[in-house]
Amino acid sequence: MNAEVTAAPTAPEKKEFWRWQENTWVDETKDWKTAKIITCGIDVGSVSSQAVLVVDGELYGFNSMRTGNNSPDSATNALQGVMDKCGMKLEDIHYVVGTGYGRVNVPFAHKAITEIACHARGANYMGGNGVRTILDMGGQDCKAIHCDEKGKVTNFLMNDKCAAGTGRGMEVISDLMQIPIAELGPRSFDIDADVDAVSSVCVVFAKSEALGLLKAGYTKNKVIAAYCQAMAERVVSLLERIGVEEGFFITGGIAKNPGVVKRIEKLLGIKAIDTKVDSQIAGALGAALFGYTLMSKKAAA
Amino acid sequence: MIANYGYKDGSGEYYISIDTDKCIGCAAERACLTACPKQMFEIITDDYDDEVAWIKKPNCRTLSYDCADCKPSGGYTSLPCMTACTPGAIKHSW
Repeated sequence: MNAEVTAAPTAPEKKEFWRWQENTWVDETKDWKTAKIITCGIDVGSVSSQAVLVVDGELYGFNSMRTGNNSPDSATNALQGVMDKCGMKLEDIHYVVGTGYGRVNVPFAHKAITEIACHARGANYMGGNGVRTILDMGGQDCKAIHCDEKGKVTNFLMNDKCAAGTGRGMEVISDLMQIPIAELGPRSFDIDADVDAVSSVCVVFAKSEALGLLKAGYTKNKVIAAYCQAMAERVVSLLERIGVEEGFFITGGIAKNPGVVKRIEKLLGIKAIDTKVDSQIAGALGAALFGYTLMSKKAAA
Repeated sequence: MIANYGYKDGSGEYYISIDTDKCIGCAAERACLTACPKQMFEIITDDYDDEVAWIKKPNCRTLSYDCADCKPSGGYTSLPCMTACTPGAIKHSW
């Protein structure tokens, strides 16, 4: 018998447009082996996890990756990623501070500190001691923070009940539009005229509204612009509750989206402080800096 | 530090703010803990090692419902938590 077997048609590979770039970086100009104090901050967020190494009070390296379904594993994987890059072992790290939603589930952490305090401390390092107002646009929440010149929190407000104005909301729109998440910001400016914001209070409503706009003949870029505008209006209303001072700094993944950042700046009339450091690591960096301060005090005592 | 606990959703803004500078070394002997009928307040050690009151996490997402009975429609003329907090550390946004 000469039966010809034909392969069953396979489903086309589903592209993950929402998937953002995971990053690992180490400062090759420094040698951690000669350091006196090495501390680590682990930020296990709802969407992303970061591990930051601080060597003698200076940023040395980091790893930023997607949070899995298990906080301890996410923390371990995030740290392992940066340790592998520089040949470090857990025993070489003197102090570990956990932060973020999963901070109490970091198995090797000596202390847990809230992400609010850590973001303020991290922003103070990244943006300098002139930073006073911090907007953290996280994966599933949004925080507005005021701090003093030392990065100590003086006022904060967060909203974690609603995904509007968060990274997750942007991921939903990215998938809906079938456009890679990193391209959303630039494409939101590729429009003929400004558009009105879509619903700014709910991602679910915003998604159905975006679908309605597409059906009504809006281009994808116009819909993205409407969503970026909605997100900007949403977070600005949060910021206005605590007041905005000069020295404005944005942390979190959405700080990398110019479509939202520029619109926030326009609404506030204030330009955000630029940084060369990945905005997503602010919480973990702050945690590592808290660890450094604690170790320094211990060493001085 | 002014700590705002609560949320904003489609129906409005619901935040309880606690001025921790007034809360540290409470002059009202932590009266908020017993004044709140829903026992939403709790004393914690914050990130700066100060003992202060905060709102329990589960309540932070249900404030508009949890506090409804203490509002004028529930028969109160003033909020029990704010009345009990004589240093004036507690405020409601709505």
